[in-house]
Amino acid sequence: MKQSKSKDHAALAAAFIKDEERVDWHDGALWFIRQKRDIASKQIPEWEQLREAASAIKSNVISNLHDYLLQFEANLTRNGVTVHWAANADEHNAIVYSILKAKEITQMVKSKSMLTEECQLNEYLEERGIEVINSDLGEYIQQIDKEPPSHIVLPCIHKRKEEIGELFHEHLGTEKGLSDPTQLTRVARKHLRNVFMTRRAALTGVNFAVAETGEYIVCTNEGNADMGAHLSEVQIASMGLEKLIPQKKHLSIFLRLLARSATGQPITIYSSHYKKPRPGQEMHLILVDAGRTKQLGRIDFRDSLKCIKCGSCMNTCPVYRKSGGLSYHNTISGPIGAILAPNLDMKKHADLPFASTLCGSCSNVCPVKINIHGQLYKWRQEIVKEGYAANTKALGMKAMAWTLSSPGNFTNAGNAGRWFMHNIPFVVKNRFNPWYKQREMPEGPKESFAAWYARSEKK
Amino acid sequence: MEAVLKNQPAATALPDITMFKGDGSGLVERYMAVFAAIGGTVHLVETAGEVKELLAENFDLSRRIVTTLPELDGFAELITAAVDPHRYDDAELAIISGDFCVAENGAVWLTEELMGQRIIPYICQHLAVIVRAADIVPTLHEAYDRIGTADYGFSGFIGGPSKTADIEQALVLGAHGPLTMTVFIMK
Repeated sequence: MKQSKSKDHAALAAAFIKDEERVDWHDGALWFIRQKRDIASKQIPEWEQLREAASAIKSNVISNLHDYLLQFEANLTRNGVTVHWAANADEHNAIVYSILKAKEITQMVKSKSMLTEECQLNEYLEERGIEVINSDLGEYIQQIDKEPPSHIVLPCIHKRKEEIGELFHEHLGTEKGLSDPTQLTRVARKHLRNVFMTRRAALTGVNFAVAETGEYIVCTNEGNADMGAHLSEVQIASMGLEKLIPQKKHLSIFLRLLARSATGQPITIYSSHYKKPRPGQEMHLILVDAGRTKQLGRIDFRDSLKCIKCGSCMNTCPVYRKSGGLSYHNTISGPIGAILAPNLDMKKHADLPFASTLCGSCSNVCPVKINIHGQLYKWRQEIVKEGYAANTKALGMKAMAWTLSSPGNFTNAGNAGRWFMHNIPFVVKNRFNPWYKQREMPEGPKESFAAWYARSEKK
Repeated sequence: MEAVLKNQPAATALPDITMFKGDGSGLVERYMAVFAAIGGTVHLVETAGEVKELLAENFDLSRRIVTTLPELDGFAELITAAVDPHRYDDAELAIISGDFCVAENGAVWLTEELMGQRIIPYICQHLAVIVRAADIVPTLHEAYDRIGTADYGFSGFIGGPSKTADIEQALVLGAHGPLTMTVFIMK
């Protein structure tokens, strides 16, 4: 993978924004999707009540997760599905490997699953001689470019069609310079059709899992999950524990919200309800914890488990739109990624909750009403308290705390600041001051408000 | 699991969702408008003969046409459940019936039995579905009421031809599933 793990969000974003034309295009493409979401949601008068209901159902799931999991497991077993439990990414990957190995399968096709990206399943299996092909077009493009997805719904939204044409020229032998989206899609369709026809195993993600019936729902627009699953002799589904919903009728709420929030469509083209294996087929479902239980125990952050992965918080986020998903160096990027990632590794992802203006737009569009910007703010406090804040931030905050702790310090610091800005401006106007990047510093006033007030009173 | 039990908050109740209901008027017109808007083709018909005529006009009948509908035997090859699903790779057109459809989003509910084989509505190049005009519900709330506790091995909503916008947000119809989807509303 090309992804850099040593650089923080600010450094990776700085690299992304160097190409101004691309940033403007990226910003516009995502805002266009946000607008489509607005149009779709405004056609439903009861939209806000649907969000309320979805949030309340997910609260109920979070508060009864233990019982729902047991109910779901019992129903899956009754339906003839083999259930596996994985505490972490390694266990998940080992389970997939053992299922394939038992059948001597060396090639698998996979539809979109952020969980398996998070677990780095493809890399794990490739090291053991098993080839995995991602069948979602965007994910396929990212895979041949050896890059992780930059958006959970639109994996290659940061790429230009000419770049994709170049990748297809290199990997699929298309004519050089071909960049027409329809023609490129037709080439991928043909290539991946052959993949579907020849793979004995297919893995899918899960959008919703119904405790009451033991069925799980997979939503796609391309039809790739169904092509893989229905042609396979071994079907595997991987899901995080939080994907459960109590009853089938609750799907009406979530399916009305999901696609409208994600892309402005009234529903995804395919909403497939998988319940029992086909005769002669094996069906496996892997329930993965990988930090979810830990997040459940964090009172301030457990609501993040309500997420239905629509991506609307990314499309609306001014920081995401202008910095690109890859700058978050985490499988799930954007505002929701920034509240999920620190749970898994606070030190590694300490920069992410700071990659936000806290404007609150994410919380306003979230279909399950997660207080995303509130949680970002909470994570900042948590990260500083744990000592994981970047040095410049920690030093700055200490200096600020000292300055604000006594009126004398405050007055002296103000005087010093004004003196420096007037007499030796390069002390603040230099590349070491992050506030000076892409900004002009304001002209400092000649005197402070307190000084002016005292002088005016005397007159 | 013990950790889940330990970490989960105090139980909260499920909300009442019975107040969510759609408008039951003008369902045929609304369905047709929505389905056309999402890239599908929709015809209001009265007889199976009309369906055949429209299919003959729009598709290459010299290629492999498959169906689950006995009344189309002769016009198309009947799908059998026992055949290896890979054998349907060259199906140009599949004609099946839908259980019901949803006016607000254009989707048709298809059970495994109606598909003939699970792979059929996904693997064919073109999909045609026949639904009775009386079987249109306003929203997904009525849809799940109607599905109720029905048992199945596999079922799904299909709302239009497969599509992708992964390359620069340019909409392309025909990703991995059918290139077109036609719905016949039978009066």
